Amino acid sequence: MRRNITCLVGTAAAVALLFGYDTSTAGPTRPTTVIASPATGVAGGAATGTAPSATSTGATTTGSATQAAVKTVTGEAADTRWGPVQVQISVSGGRITGVSVLQQPDGNGRDREINDYALPILKQATLSAQSANIDMISGATVTSEGYAQSLQSAIDQAGL
Amino acid sequence: MMITPVPARRFVEHVMGMPISLALRGRHAADERGGAAWAAAMDVLREVDEVFSTYRPDSVISRLSRGEISLAGCPPEVGEVLELGEAARADSGGAFDVWRGGSLDPSGVVKGWAAERAAIHLRELPDTDFCLSAGGDLVCRTLDPDAPPWQIGIEDPHDPDRLIDVVPMHTGAMATSGTARRGSHIVDARTGRPPVGSASVTVIGSSLTAVDIDATAAYALGPEAARWLRSRDHASALVIHTDRTATVVTRTSRAAA
Repeated sequence: MRRNITCLVGTAAAVALLFGYDTSTAGPTRPTTVIASPATGVAGGAATGTAPSATSTGATTTGSATQAAVKTVTGEAADTRWGPVQVQISVSGGRITGVSVLQQPDGNGRDREINDYALPILKQATLSAQSANIDMISGATVTSEGYAQSLQSAIDQAGL
Repeated sequence: MMITPVPARRFVEHVMGMPISLALRGRHAADERGGAAWAAAMDVLREVDEVFSTYRPDSVISRLSRGEISLAGCPPEVGEVLELGEAARADSGGAFDVWRGGSLDPSGVVKGWAAERAAIHLRELPDTDFCLSAGGDLVCRTLDPDAPPWQIGIEDPHDPDRLIDVVPMHTGAMATSGTARRGSHIVDARTGRPPVGSASVTVIGSSLTAVDIDATAAYALGPEAARWLRSRDHASALVIHTDRTATVVTRTSRAAA
């Protein structure tokens, strides 16, 4: 469990980096709105710990939580070239399961486009659609001709 | 993985030779307004097909390609698409080009661009999340940051019945380019031949128009795909090489590069 927490902090810092790598092109200097939000548990309140206060790494982590719980880690607002951005990631079983941007700049249209991203996390083993909950498939072979036999078709059928 | 997707209402129809799949969840997922938004989105795609289809000899794009009409005689969307194509050609050093051998094929631009236009109708649904896929290129929205993200599987280009990765995405766009099992093949416009080096390229960002073009351009660039993507302004990208290795490109790796 300790190892997982360490991993979380590192990941939160990486996500903060993701949005903060290029502040030199931010144009007019804007005040950084740092919001040290407490991390909060989600997924039906399964997470038990809440740990307010931000650390100097720019990440706030939950306290102890059950292994299976989904936890959220909220980073400090980072001053990016698009303005302040605050990222929250959801973690389950030591793995990022979601990325959300809590605070996003507004002003020009470009800013509004930068709302939420996910990172590909390459798996060592491939998954079959049956072994995980998949909503949609991104792929180059998704054509009408091949649709009937496709994973996307299986997902659509399951939900229809 | 403990996340269970929220049950979603699903729609599927085919247009432009590809399946269009939609998952809706939230306030208007199950009601008439949700169904009307889906119908409006499909209308957009059918209209786009009538203008841009290279398979229809009477489409605007076919007539423009044959020189029967000028750009000035085309609807304004044609100019918009050709401008996107020209920008992609310049950005990719000519590997991506809507003009090939004197004929016009803007399909590398049109797919993502059209789905983005279709999604405008879904964005108008209040308190409703969506994930819209146009033949494997998709755009998602999640309004509540505490809601579970859409789980997007990335097809294994070496075995399309399997997934190489699953990416949780609340809001954003994802496009994958590669060699289709059947159907059109992407060529490197500099050589006129299929590119070698990449099996597939997936790009994640905020605009489906942009990530679709860049996924195709990167794929066309072959072995230069990952290096080129580092110069682009997307959230992240995944290149699966023909030797089954993978390169992940993120903002962080770009910053270090």
